[in-house]
Amino acid sequence: MSQVIKIKKGLNINLLGEAEKIIKKADQAEYYAVKPTDFKGIRPKLVVKVGDKVKAGSPLFFDKLQPEILFVSPVSGEITAINRGERRVIQEVIIHSDEKIDYHEFKVSDPKTLTRDEIILILLESGMWPLLRQRPYSVIANPKDTPKSIFISAFDTAPLAPDMDFVVSDDTAMFQKGIDVLSKLTTGTIHLNLNADYPVAEAYNQAKGVLKNYFTGPHPTGNVGVQINKIDPINKGDIIWYTYPQEVIAIGRLFEKGIYDVTKTVAITGSEIIHPKYLKIINGASIKSLLKENVKSGNNRFISGNVLTGTKISNEGFISFYDNQITVIPEGKYFEFFGWALPGIQKYSASRTFLSWLMPGKKYTLDTNLHGGHRAFVMTNEYDKVFPMDIYPVHLIKAILAEDIELMEKLGIYEVDEEDFALCEFVCTSKIDVQSIIRKGLDLTRVEMS
Amino acid sequence: MKSLRGYLDKIKPKFEKGGKFEKFHSTFEAFESFMFVPDTVTTKGTHIRDANDMKRTMTVVVLALVPALLFGMWNVGYQHFLSIGQESSLWQTFFTGFISVLPIIVVSYVVGLGIEFAFAQYRGHEVNEGFLVTGMLIPLVLPVDVPLWMVALATAFAVIIGKEVFGGTGMNIFNPALTARAFLFFAYPSYMSGNEVWTHGMMKGEGIIDSFTGATPLAEAAAGNINNLPSVSDMFFGFMPGSIGETSTLAILIGAAILLFTGVGSARIMISTVVGGLVMGLILNIFAVNPYMEVPAYQHLMLGGFAFGAVFMATDPVSAAQTANGKIIYGFLIGFLAILIRVLNPAYPEGMMLAILLMNVFAPLIDHYVIESNINKRLKRVKVQVKVQE
Repeated sequence: MSQVIKIKKGLNINLLGEAEKIIKKADQAEYYAVKPTDFKGIRPKLVVKVGDKVKAGSPLFFDKLQPEILFVSPVSGEITAINRGERRVIQEVIIHSDEKIDYHEFKVSDPKTLTRDEIILILLESGMWPLLRQRPYSVIANPKDTPKSIFISAFDTAPLAPDMDFVVSDDTAMFQKGIDVLSKLTTGTIHLNLNADYPVAEAYNQAKGVLKNYFTGPHPTGNVGVQINKIDPINKGDIIWYTYPQEVIAIGRLFEKGIYDVTKTVAITGSEIIHPKYLKIINGASIKSLLKENVKSGNNRFISGNVLTGTKISNEGFISFYDNQITVIPEGKYFEFFGWALPGIQKYSASRTFLSWLMPGKKYTLDTNLHGGHRAFVMTNEYDKVFPMDIYPVHLIKAILAEDIELMEKLGIYEVDEEDFALCEFVCTSKIDVQSIIRKGLDLTRVEMS
Repeated sequence: MKSLRGYLDKIKPKFEKGGKFEKFHSTFEAFESFMFVPDTVTTKGTHIRDANDMKRTMTVVVLALVPALLFGMWNVGYQHFLSIGQESSLWQTFFTGFISVLPIIVVSYVVGLGIEFAFAQYRGHEVNEGFLVTGMLIPLVLPVDVPLWMVALATAFAVIIGKEVFGGTGMNIFNPALTARAFLFFAYPSYMSGNEVWTHGMMKGEGIIDSFTGATPLAEAAAGNINNLPSVSDMFFGFMPGSIGETSTLAILIGAAILLFTGVGSARIMISTVVGGLVMGLILNIFAVNPYMEVPAYQHLMLGGFAFGAVFMATDPVSAAQTANGKIIYGFLIGFLAILIRVLNPAYPEGMMLAILLMNVFAPLIDHYVIESNINKRLKRVKVQVKVQE
């Protein structure tokens, strides 16, 4: 039977700029991009060059380490630029989109009649495979593995996150089809994790072949890592795959229509957005057209994703592969005269060290100022309050800093991802870059184990 | 404010690498960030950050110490006028205390911060805020008539040997303020114990009336004069001789409330320390063979440095146990040992300082076992799973 899992630790940061429940179909963007940097741990090898014509579903690059994993174009058009960063690392492959999208045609088939290997082959060829990721390490799933279970987190608790019940509501059939595909991939259970606080979307309610788990609690309850930790924790050697509802729907569409159609609904959020709302877009779209005339003037930070885990992009940047949200907040970059000594009635803090506790429930406009300098670890139990797993966060971080892989293993490195530590980083009095330390630990163990 | 900012921006390049005053970079940085919270923005990871930083946290602790400090100043004056048998007004009393306590605070901060700045510059670090609290704690745990050169020496010892040799704030094993006190206690015992040191002017011995002994309640109790203990209300409000900031349980409780409400202090440590003290007190009551052992357990909590230690010293996050469960064990043992040492060891009339320093040493060990149990739980999970599969 379904169970409700209550999570107490965590923190909901109340920000201004929540998306209104309106979905608009965005105009097709002029430019789209696939960013190899969205995929942790891959080494991209290009198969196209500037000037090449591609269809939606044509490969752009593959992973040198696992050449069967292809990354394909979301639209048809012409490759106009391949942007490289430091040490010539490929940052973006940019496609100038045709007005009418020409899809590469894949085989239409009923997943129920296919074998596991056939399904994997279709997913790999069509470029849908990267939608499946795995724990440990939070990287693209290895097609040679068989996961002990598959997790789908169907609600997002991050600040200003899109309502995942709202965005999938009319896609019941495609969602089920996607589930049917996934069910061939594991011998274990497919966990569909839902929020217990309000009625869930029909697509989830009617889903068959899944185990529905209900959760209630503050962020990071919606993080798949927390859910795995509570339901089916990862031990050394275990592999769990995970994905998200809109990804499941895209997979369903592939088997229904035979096309690589990564249309999804994203929330346009943040205090600097004039009308926060939902937009139906094709993945990889340039945010320039999505945000036009909808951003307040001033020096803003554009984020693909949420304020805790998202990626900083330019105002002409592209939405990242896995993100369902764009957030725009003001940049900081100002000095604060005796800022640490003032009562701070306007300042947001998880502690009650500023007088803003006098106004509970207030929604804040937060900027990107660091509010202090980097220090050594001093305060203790600060992370514990926002970290709901049975893991000692500070000790794990120290093990990573010491590069002690055996100790990292013992302390639970396999169960975590950067995003699970985002709140730790947010509340940290010493302003430690917790997420990048965790990523370093994951990369270290991954190299060691492979 | 704008002109100040402009001035700082103007002189800043001189303190950067290659500038004229390169050697004072950390000092400049410390003063600049003291006046202006820096304009750095997030570059990776979370895009927004909590407004709370180390300066704010330390400020809250200093704020929590203020009630104990103010009462301590008043009490210094009160005890002084009591010892010479004179009446005095509230202001006169407070001012007398203020004049005697202020130099100790100034010396503690000047010496401590001076060393901190030097070390920060030497290491190329930013100056840490930890000493803002330590610099206030040191005067509060000293007797009022301690010579100032001793304060300077003890502060220097605490900062260098207690903290900087381990790598600075965040790396130290012992609570620096207690290191300072322990240093004085063992190096200059005649200035840190006995009956004369606790009351301002008594060391000189001029005009002291005969009926005034200056003995602290703990000294009286250790001598077996249980009848000379102050009334319970005097203990609670702090009308008794003792270290500057530690006599008033009420003032300390106000500080505790600030620390707990803001989330800066650890409730686990405070409560478990009190429980540990009560348990030991009750055990002593049950097996009492002398009048001291019969002192009700709850009164122990209000005597000597117990309350101050439990609220401000044991909770120092760096030297305390760091795991949630570890904190409970750590606190309990501090309370337990403090009362044990206090009552049963005739050499030390007060056990709190030694109990905390001892548990500082054991804190990493306690954490180690707490972490081990977490690791074992994880390993057990694997075994259970293997069994199920079989």
